[in-house]
Amino acid sequence: MTEALTVQLKAGLDAPICLTWELTYSCNLACIHCLSSSGRRDPNELSTAEAMAVIDELAAMSVFYVNVGGGEPTIRPDFFELLDYSVAKGVGVKFSTNGSRIGHTEAARLAGTDYVDVQISVDGATAETNDRVRGEGSFAVARRAMDNLAGAGFGPFKISAVMTRHNVPELDGLAELADGYGAELRLTRLRPSGRGVDSWAELHPTQDQQRELYHWLLERPGVLTGDSFFHLSALGESLPGLNLCGAGRVVCLIDPVGDVYACPFVLHPEFRAGSVRDPGGFESVWRTSELFAGLRQPASAGACASCGSYDACQGGCMAAKFFTGLPLDGPDPECVFGHGADALATVAAGTVPSPGPGHSKPVRLSLSRRR
Amino acid sequence: MSFDSARAYRLHPQVALRPEPFGALAYHYGNRKLVFLRAPELVELVRELDQHPSADEALAGLPEARRTAFRKALASLSGSGMITETTHD
Repeated sequence: MTEALTVQLKAGLDAPICLTWELTYSCNLACIHCLSSSGRRDPNELSTAEAMAVIDELAAMSVFYVNVGGGEPTIRPDFFELLDYSVAKGVGVKFSTNGSRIGHTEAARLAGTDYVDVQISVDGATAETNDRVRGEGSFAVARRAMDNLAGAGFGPFKISAVMTRHNVPELDGLAELADGYGAELRLTRLRPSGRGVDSWAELHPTQDQQRELYHWLLERPGVLTGDSFFHLSALGESLPGLNLCGAGRVVCLIDPVGDVYACPFVLHPEFRAGSVRDPGGFESVWRTSELFAGLRQPASAGACASCGSYDACQGGCMAAKFFTGLPLDGPDPECVFGHGADALATVAAGTVPSPGPGHSKPVRLSLSRRR
Repeated sequence: MSFDSARAYRLHPQVALRPEPFGALAYHYGNRKLVFLRAPELVELVRELDQHPSADEALAGLPEARRTAFRKALASLSGSGMITETTHD
């Protein structure tokens, strides 16, 4: 990555590279770290016609693909209709699913569709580790979906895991699981977003585990990371990919009711840029929102200015700082030198921003068992 | 197959180019690779590659100082499948 390009990416692109679109807040699981606090469908969800109009806009802006998620996107009755529509318009679909609705029929249908990538979420290489975060039986469900995709000849799908204190020891196991299917492994960073606000403190990897993960990733450039571990680059050699926060610059999120946020991990009014339902639609939000214009200005290194590693880690993740109550121009809560942990100790109780209850279902199954 | 600038190349039919202030983004719908073309002149070169009998002749239209860098860029684009050899049959 040349410096000149990084500067240009920070100033924003004409259209996002990495656009996440959460199609629904409805979900049949209740993962304790869910970034979008999903569970119940929002009655104000975009209709099929509205979703198609968004796809038309994305096609006109030459957005190459969308990362579709939720909630569980396949719960939408028009899921395959929207998928086919998007692909026909040249907007590829990469969707993330818990696998519960990828039966033989769906797997065969997906295998027959171009420009579709499927990503099955598991948060451990074993049922025990996965199910304590994603719920009883969810590992078996995900494995069945993987079996169905493999059986249908889908080709290399992705297996995606959010790294936690419990699954860092299973890194090799996750790689073996992916290899066994000829699948790609994708690892991403746990953020204290959504229900993660409540579970982050006990789930996020320890400092030793962060170091272990960094070296493991350096040796495996083929493992996908969504460029989400750039805060680890302060440990030395940069990890492959874009070492910068892309929020509002190359990344954004459209939520199920059409609200546009700077990234998937900041579902909070402070980071809402507008709505696809506004006059001017998504394109106008992307190109003219004041929030995004602000994020595209050079950021101040703030408290990190005196640290020799700021150029490598860029101060880390905005969402991680925001939802732990840390200033945005200071260290990341998981700063590899421990500056974040020190800063966390000074955050006053009651001053941490709340993402609100979101769309969590009122009763969470197995709550007593997990705590 | 390694890049040979004496041969004719063209943009792969599954590649889309999106203009950006720094040049363009190229996305290959087949292998899902995303590549940054970091100079408007390189974008122009890639777009018009198929109008030349060889990559060398396409490069000949550029100032000499840029030819080496752009030949390297074409080799890299060939390696990632973004441009492909034109076959005549």
